[in-house]
Amino acid sequence: MDFQVVVLAGGASEKLAPLVSKEAPKALLPVANRPVLSYVLELLEASNLKDAIVVVEGEEAALRVGGWISSAYVDRLHVEVAAVPEDIGTAGALRAVAHHLTANDVLVVSGDLVSDVPPGAVAATHRRHGAAVTALLCPVPVSGPSDTGSSGGKDKAKKPIRCNIVGLDSTRQFLLHIASGAEVEKDIRVQKSILRAVGQMEIRADLMDAHMYAFKRTVLQDVLDRKETFHSIRQDVLPYLIRTQLRSEISTNEVSKYETGNGAVPSNKNLNWLSQHREIAPSSFQECYVSPSSAQLESPKSHKCCAYISSKSKYCARLNSVQAFNDINREVVGEASHLSGYYFSAQNNIIHPSAVLGSKTTVGPQCMVAEGSQLGDKCSVKRSVIGRHCRIGSNVKIVNSVVMDHVTIEDGCFIQGSVICSNVQLQERAVLKDCQVGAGYVVTSGSEHKSEALSKK
Amino acid sequence: MDHRRVPRAVIDPKVRQVLVVTPPIPRPSHPRPARLRRRPPLRPIPVPTPTLTLTLTSPLRRRRRDAALVPVGSYNPSEPLLGTPPMTSPSSRADADLNFSDDAPSPPWIGRTGGGKVASSFPGSSGEMMAAAKNLPKSDLTTASVVKTLPGVSETNKGALVEMQADGIGATGSQKQKTTKAERRAIQEAQRAAKAAAKEAGGVKSAAASTGEVLAASKQAKAVKSPSQKKDGPQVTAPVSSSEKKVGDRLPEKDRKKDVPHPRMQFDDINRVEKAKRRAVVNQSEARNRVELFRHLPQYEHGTQLPDLEAKFFHLDPLHPSVYKVGLQYLSGDIHGGNARCIAMLLAFREAINDYSTPPKKSLVRDLTAKVSSYVSFLIECRPLSISMGNAIRFLKNRIAKLPHTMSELEAKSSLQSDIDRFINEKIVLADKIIVRHAFAKIRDGDVLLTYGSSSVVEMMLVYAHEQGKQFRVVIVDSRPKLEGQALLHRLVKKGLNCTYTHINAVSYIMHEVTRVFLGASSILSNGTVYSRVGTACVAMVAHSFRVPVLICCEAYKFHERVQLDSICSNELGDPDVIAKVSGRKDLNHLSNCVDNENLQLLNLMYDVTPSDYVSMIITDYGMLPPTSVPVIVREYRREQLWI
Repeated sequence: MDFQVVVLAGGASEKLAPLVSKEAPKALLPVANRPVLSYVLELLEASNLKDAIVVVEGEEAALRVGGWISSAYVDRLHVEVAAVPEDIGTAGALRAVAHHLTANDVLVVSGDLVSDVPPGAVAATHRRHGAAVTALLCPVPVSGPSDTGSSGGKDKAKKPIRCNIVGLDSTRQFLLHIASGAEVEKDIRVQKSILRAVGQMEIRADLMDAHMYAFKRTVLQDVLDRKETFHSIRQDVLPYLIRTQLRSEISTNEVSKYETGNGAVPSNKNLNWLSQHREIAPSSFQECYVSPSSAQLESPKSHKCCAYISSKSKYCARLNSVQAFNDINREVVGEASHLSGYYFSAQNNIIHPSAVLGSKTTVGPQCMVAEGSQLGDKCSVKRSVIGRHCRIGSNVKIVNSVVMDHVTIEDGCFIQGSVICSNVQLQERAVLKDCQVGAGYVVTSGSEHKSEALSKK
Repeated sequence: MDHRRVPRAVIDPKVRQVLVVTPPIPRPSHPRPARLRRRPPLRPIPVPTPTLTLTLTSPLRRRRRDAALVPVGSYNPSEPLLGTPPMTSPSSRADADLNFSDDAPSPPWIGRTGGGKVASSFPGSSGEMMAAAKNLPKSDLTTASVVKTLPGVSETNKGALVEMQADGIGATGSQKQKTTKAERRAIQEAQRAAKAAAKEAGGVKSAAASTGEVLAASKQAKAVKSPSQKKDGPQVTAPVSSSEKKVGDRLPEKDRKKDVPHPRMQFDDINRVEKAKRRAVVNQSEARNRVELFRHLPQYEHGTQLPDLEAKFFHLDPLHPSVYKVGLQYLSGDIHGGNARCIAMLLAFREAINDYSTPPKKSLVRDLTAKVSSYVSFLIECRPLSISMGNAIRFLKNRIAKLPHTMSELEAKSSLQSDIDRFINEKIVLADKIIVRHAFAKIRDGDVLLTYGSSSVVEMMLVYAHEQGKQFRVVIVDSRPKLEGQALLHRLVKKGLNCTYTHINAVSYIMHEVTRVFLGASSILSNGTVYSRVGTACVAMVAHSFRVPVLICCEAYKFHERVQLDSICSNELGDPDVIAKVSGRKDLNHLSNCVDNENLQLLNLMYDVTPSDYVSMIITDYGMLPPTSVPVIVREYRREQLWI
């Protein structure tokens, strides 16, 4: 279908500080004991997209990601891994691989997306409108621990997440305004020209930019070439394209040239005529901005920025913070269990047959215990994910937490709302609440931590 | 049923031959072909004469014509198309010039020569026998002519044979009418008896007997005519019947492959719908409450197709992206209007042809035709084709079929692309310009022009007249649920035209002040009927009763030779929900909760038919003509289309 896929897998992000490191890049963070990148790759595979370029920040991380991909998807996917310098930003990463792009359109997906929205839907919307860029917008996920918010993470749960402020036209097909990051908190500045063309703009704060974009390749390359300073797609490229959609200097000439070059439509008159009739769009916005341009019709000085809004029934979340990491882990074994690809037992949990449970140990619903893990007596596990080959002593309570591989937890520990990375050792009677423990850390016996990020120096 | 009827209609000439030789038996056994032959004059498409003349052309070219015609199909009744292929066998024999080994590998029928090879490998058979066997497998019903040609004709000039066949048709045609009812009954009984006898004669034959009436007749002829041959019968017929069976099996398979779901498929036929569904790319669920009278038209739950198609975006590899895009745009309603849809489709095909490369061991002509057919079937699933699109597709397929074999792929592609460009330019763009000029001549200062809906040509004409400085006023009549007139109104007002906007309810009121009515059309049928957006008939009728001239602006490529008397048999159903809802009026929601009610059936017709009585004049690119002259244009235009 003439699409190329670029997966931006990132590197060692600061937001996920103790969880990721050079050894464990973000793309390989386990979500329900599978690297988060596998969710994107499998989503692509399900859509019959077998070729992808995965861009990773940092050489070492790229090696690790590449190694994992080649072992996991050896016959299934054709993935090329490209390493880019760190802190280059998403736009920079794309710039680095831009010369590999040849197809008409490029699908840019963030590697930390956990979703079941078919990429085909975004691509189809993009094609249908002949847009310069199409973004996937999804309803903001309900954040924070849903039912156990009583005990832990109160402040986080209560804070309403506002990721983006999005302006749409009345048919909800065209993207007219987007604010992200720090801009969200500032005043909204709406362009008059766009407002005049639309007549009516719908401003919504309950939508999130899911970081899956379909770009017209020529437009993307042009913007990246011209605007050297652009650092991020979300904060620079996309807002720029939306801002200039009615008076685009770059893309329009490019686009029209491309269309005439490729299509070689018979005559200029014909094109003229065509645009009159093919562009009768469903939205008043389109119509309005096509008709004035029909006066000087030869070069329609506009490009389209479209949005595909996923339905509420689809799951869509980005793993871009510790909080999100907790949420996603919980939801993938809970509400969005179809994503995990595991078979759930009658108790609505997944316990690998090779896991050993001591007597009077309970593993509640929406839990996962991976292969080779051992739990001692009288343990209790609720809404948590436990990785491979963990050794957990007796009388341990694990609630709302993620325990990665090869973790040793000694007797009498209590863990709540925390993330414990690989090879961590928790000595006896350690108590952790809402903590993140970096890989290889040793929590001394009897210590008590609350809302802390612990990691090895 | 379909494929059984087909061969019968087809082998007419040969059957006739038999009839001439053994008059008493088979004459009545083919009442169907005779009737079929008599029917054509009534039908819009003149089939029979070309088939006879074409018999003499080379088999390959015939095939291509068939291929081109089939999916054209769009609007041709299928019998003549399906019927033609077996005709090749006499023709190929005529060409073969007695050289049977040459004859065998004639490309389109390779499969069939298999039987011939089996037969020829018989060690002890005589030359004549060989010839017979070779002749046999060419079409399922050849047996009849074998019996005949064997003793006498096989050594004579084949050209003469064909002539004889042709003569035979005429002769039997007249003979057929002469036979009385009693005679026919006697013959039938004799036939039945013979059939039973044949069944007893050999188990092998009995299997073959099921293939059809004609076959039985031929066997019977054999039984009657050459009892001496009967001893060899089992030997000879064994390969024959097997090859016949093979052919019988293959024919429907082939149909299945190349026959896209017929645009005029009857959707009340459950079996066919099921079949079409299995083949379908777009997964769509049928609407539940459908109006009884319109069950034969496709109607789907709106809103189910688009997400499904979108989700499958990357799965549809064989589809060209541009075709896919156009299909999506049809489905979502982004492209509407006859001309726009047709142009979009042609441009998509043009791009697809540009990117096309013939796969190895295939010929461009046939592979590309199949490709285009698959594209068309996809587009049909997205939205039923308009008649104008059917014409354009027929044009394209014709051009593909007419490509000379010697042409290189690159040349062929560029020639096809320039053909498409020319079609768009000449038949649509230029045609519109001419129509605008013609229509402009009919506008005088002070006129009040009424138009309905949003027709692109009418809009161009109004704008042109305004630019030329005519002083007139426009009345735009609109109707729910599409309210297409509003967009037109918007554009016209912007251009500075003096407009009045009203809904169709008020048409009788507003008609008092109107001096001319200009309407667009989706298609014009050969009896002068105008097939257009629903509501057009109403406007035309009111105008007629007010003695206001009704002028239809329509490009000639939208003309079709079909005759349609009502808007029931062929139409398109829109989304029924849009008529139940009134946008912007939340208080008018009486229907909102009874949409699922069993007793409520919503009907949203898209087109209607305006009888020619209400049409004063049709303005086409060939000039202005009365509706009665449409057949002339159809005839002339078709010929030209073939020659372009």
